[in-house]
Amino acid sequence: MTTDTAMTDDPVMTRSPLLEVRDLHVTYQQGGLAVPAVRGVSFALAPGDTLGVAGESGCGKSTMALSLLRLHGDAAKVTGEVLFDGENLLTTTWSRLRAVRWAGASVVFQGAMSALNPARTVLDQIVEPMVLHDGLGTREAERRAAELLDSVGIPSRRMRSYPHEFSGGQRQRVMIAMALACRPDLIIADEPTTALDVMVQAQILELLAERVREARIAVIMITHDLSLLAHTCDRLAVMYAGRIVELGPSRQVLEAPLHPYTLALSRAFPTIGDPASRRAPAGLAGDPPRPSEIGTGCAFAPRCSEAEASCRTGEMLLRPAGLGRSAACLHVRPEHRGTS
Amino acid sequence: MSSPAAVAEPAVAAPEPRSGRPFRVPRPGYLISKLAAAAVSFAVTLVIGFVLFNVMPADPVRSMTRGRPVSDAQLAQLRIQLGVDRPMWERFLSYVNDTLHGHLGYSWEYQQSVASLVASRVGPTLLLMGTSFAVSVVLGLWLGMRSGWRAGSVFDRFTSATALTLWSVPTFWLGMILLIVFSVGIGPIHGFLPTAGMSDPTLPQTGMTHCLDVARHLVLPALTMVLVVYAQYVTIMRSSIIAEKGSPYLLTARAKGLPDASVRRHHALPNALLPSVTMIFMHLGGLISGAVTVEAVFSWPGLGDLTYEALKIPDLPLLQGTFIVFSASVILMNLLADLVYRFLDPRVRAQ
Amino acid sequence: MTAAQTTTAPNATAPDATTREPAAAVPPRFAGARRFARAFRRRPSGLAGLGILVLFSLLALTAPAFIGPEQLDVTRVNGPLLAPPSAAYPFGTDQAGRSVLDLLIWGSRESLQIGVIATVLTVVFGSAVGIVAGHYGGFLGRALMHVTDWFIALPGLPLAISLAAVLGQGTTSITIAIAATSWTATARLLRAQTLAVEARPFVERARALGAGNWQIMLRQVLPNVMPLILVSSTLTVTGALLSEATLTFLGLGSPAGVTWGEMIHDAFFGGAFTADAWWYLLPPGLAILAVVLGFTLTGRAVEYVLDPRTERKR
Repeated sequence: MTTDTAMTDDPVMTRSPLLEVRDLHVTYQQGGLAVPAVRGVSFALAPGDTLGVAGESGCGKSTMALSLLRLHGDAAKVTGEVLFDGENLLTTTWSRLRAVRWAGASVVFQGAMSALNPARTVLDQIVEPMVLHDGLGTREAERRAAELLDSVGIPSRRMRSYPHEFSGGQRQRVMIAMALACRPDLIIADEPTTALDVMVQAQILELLAERVREARIAVIMITHDLSLLAHTCDRLAVMYAGRIVELGPSRQVLEAPLHPYTLALSRAFPTIGDPASRRAPAGLAGDPPRPSEIGTGCAFAPRCSEAEASCRTGEMLLRPAGLGRSAACLHVRPEHRGTS
Repeated sequence: MSSPAAVAEPAVAAPEPRSGRPFRVPRPGYLISKLAAAAVSFAVTLVIGFVLFNVMPADPVRSMTRGRPVSDAQLAQLRIQLGVDRPMWERFLSYVNDTLHGHLGYSWEYQQSVASLVASRVGPTLLLMGTSFAVSVVLGLWLGMRSGWRAGSVFDRFTSATALTLWSVPTFWLGMILLIVFSVGIGPIHGFLPTAGMSDPTLPQTGMTHCLDVARHLVLPALTMVLVVYAQYVTIMRSSIIAEKGSPYLLTARAKGLPDASVRRHHALPNALLPSVTMIFMHLGGLISGAVTVEAVFSWPGLGDLTYEALKIPDLPLLQGTFIVFSASVILMNLLADLVYRFLDPRVRAQ
Repeated sequence: MTAAQTTTAPNATAPDATTREPAAAVPPRFAGARRFARAFRRRPSGLAGLGILVLFSLLALTAPAFIGPEQLDVTRVNGPLLAPPSAAYPFGTDQAGRSVLDLLIWGSRESLQIGVIATVLTVVFGSAVGIVAGHYGGFLGRALMHVTDWFIALPGLPLAISLAAVLGQGTTSITIAIAATSWTATARLLRAQTLAVEARPFVERARALGAGNWQIMLRQVLPNVMPLILVSSTLTVTGALLSEATLTFLGLGSPAGVTWGEMIHDAFFGGAFTADAWWYLLPPGLAILAVVLGFTLTGRAVEYVLDPRTERKR
């Protein structure tokens, strides 16, 4: 199974993992039709480790991340295992799960302008989880909120302002402060810099990386922009059609992609600071398949220039491709094993 | 008239709760522009009132003396007395001038100034409308929040069906049914609530006894109004909550580990409340309409009952007076709603 | 109402025809009346509402066949006064000895007539104001919307009462009073929809081809706002029915007329009330409730079926 192959020679496994995801499936019920959005994702994360998850929109990366904390509600069916500190979050009670949310694992959502409650002050919203999880008194919680805001570069005198009174970048800083409120072990950052302009993007990523490094917090960073991940994440997972198609140390994945899809993605996103070239994937024709239309064989085959007949049958699973690397492609040849 | 389209409107007319654009400082002339709009509305009310009661009736003196033997000389005398012989523009100007000074004319039926009649009836109407409004708002918002949050559930279906049914019932008819059941008594039930009026004249008109007596008289009229009016508020609040339900900030609240009830109460509610309250204030006209018929059924000595009495004659100056007072109060409430909204909503309020 | 629910034949009778016809008139967006009917049939509450309406319409249309003036004329009836329900008088009699059942059936004629005529006036006037305001924009459009807003701010019932009082008792003045106070909602709705329709490319194309203002409003905008007019008129009709009852109850109806509002008025003021004659009071109110519910349920179902978002939900 994917799980085993992906992890046998994973360096992470030598330490005890903080988060271990095994064969995660997320299926939506849509008008009596079961639509698979995530189709068997497995990975592990050690304390303080940072994992980037990249892929086009609709590839299931956000769905995957939110399902870790069962944030989808009744419309989605989530199966597999999500072991957080050894506890399976998919089967545990709602009250245990609520205790893990934010205190154990918090989330930095995309587009913080709508992820913050427009009708309540920033202070209220930062204090809320501290009072809930750490049982802090108002005074103590306010003091900590002020510290947190200062640490993300928002003057604490503005903490009684409402979200609309901040700029987009400032709101995302508030969101980061909020995510740090209960000193979590893991932060899930779901496209934290989408909708921000490029200079602000870099600042926010820098800030997040810094805070996380200081507190040794593990991070899952989700984005469709590969270039952002190179600097901020130790490892990289590339997702396509609900599966991880390539997993490995970020630099290697970006510099020597093994999967044709990774290659196409990395060509499509040049360096930061060049807005003119930030167009849709240049080297890749067609659209990703809709979750309801995935057939047998490699899901990428219809868009792949190297596809051959054998790509279109059977299951395409991650296979080991060198130290700490794996890819889900028939063309991954054994010689890759020695390269790293 | 409980305008039915108003019930369907909220989704369209509710102020956009999530503004993506950065904050804008309100124009300094906001208050002035709102006041001006209210003044214009009132001016239009005056014009409509004048057209209705002074231009359209062919000969007010005839309708005033209908059914009574009067000589032509007496008619002419009355015309001069009422000023009907003067040119239209002159009458309009003096009418506007009088109204602005609080002179609403002279009632044919009561032989008393309309202003003093209105003044004596305002209290009971405020009591009845205030009570029903408060109960309806609390009940409607609570039910609307619960059923919107679990849209499609058994609770939601039951609440919505009940609200729809009660809303489809004529107010006065519901009042009569309640009157039969709880005051007159039917079958095994003995009537235990008073049938009419605001207090029992045999009891002392002051002190605690009086208060309890008024409360007893208030129960049925207020209940009638609540039953018909609350349904609108359920609908308004329900659609506000449903509009907020997909909001990303609710996902944030859930990710924080808040239990469902807290997410609803501390996050969804504050955002759904503002547009709902505004809509509710905009529909105060419906409350007034209800008050007219309910007061007529229960002989509640308020402005609605006064309107009904005036209608029977018809006593045109009195009708005109109540029309202007009702319209002015709606305009005033809408203005207040605008200003309060401006003050309450953090997205609109000045820093 | 159980009998009504089984009556599902979607043709004939007045209110039914109004619900179907315009859907057929706008083929480009809603691929035909057949698809509309099929989707409508999947809404049980809509079918129930339609059933109620069909039943009452049938009663109203066929009433002259079995009720004559001698059964309704106070001076010519000879039944017992305020008798409770019996075999001869299933719903009892009123204080003049007339059968309440006969009154109820006859009342559906006048009540529905006032409701429908007032609605037609409201919808025609409101749509005209809304479409013109939406089409012309500029000074005319803004002026029209300001007038509409002023009327919206006025409390409806006091205005209607005043108007009806000035015009004198009777069916006509009630109808006018209702129309004069309820056109505003339609006007607002139609203005918004007109703006939306005129932003579409085919209107642009028509304009480029030299279509005049009237041509655009009648040929392009009107067919496209028809579904909305339809839905809004089902709501208007419920308001009109309730207003009719209210104004008649307040004594503004014609004293000789037989409407449901008039029945409640007579029951309340004519001694039925003190005599505990619930059989006189209950039927007209329930009839109003049933018809208002019928229109509301039908209207909601039509709205749901015509809503383009519905397709995506399935």
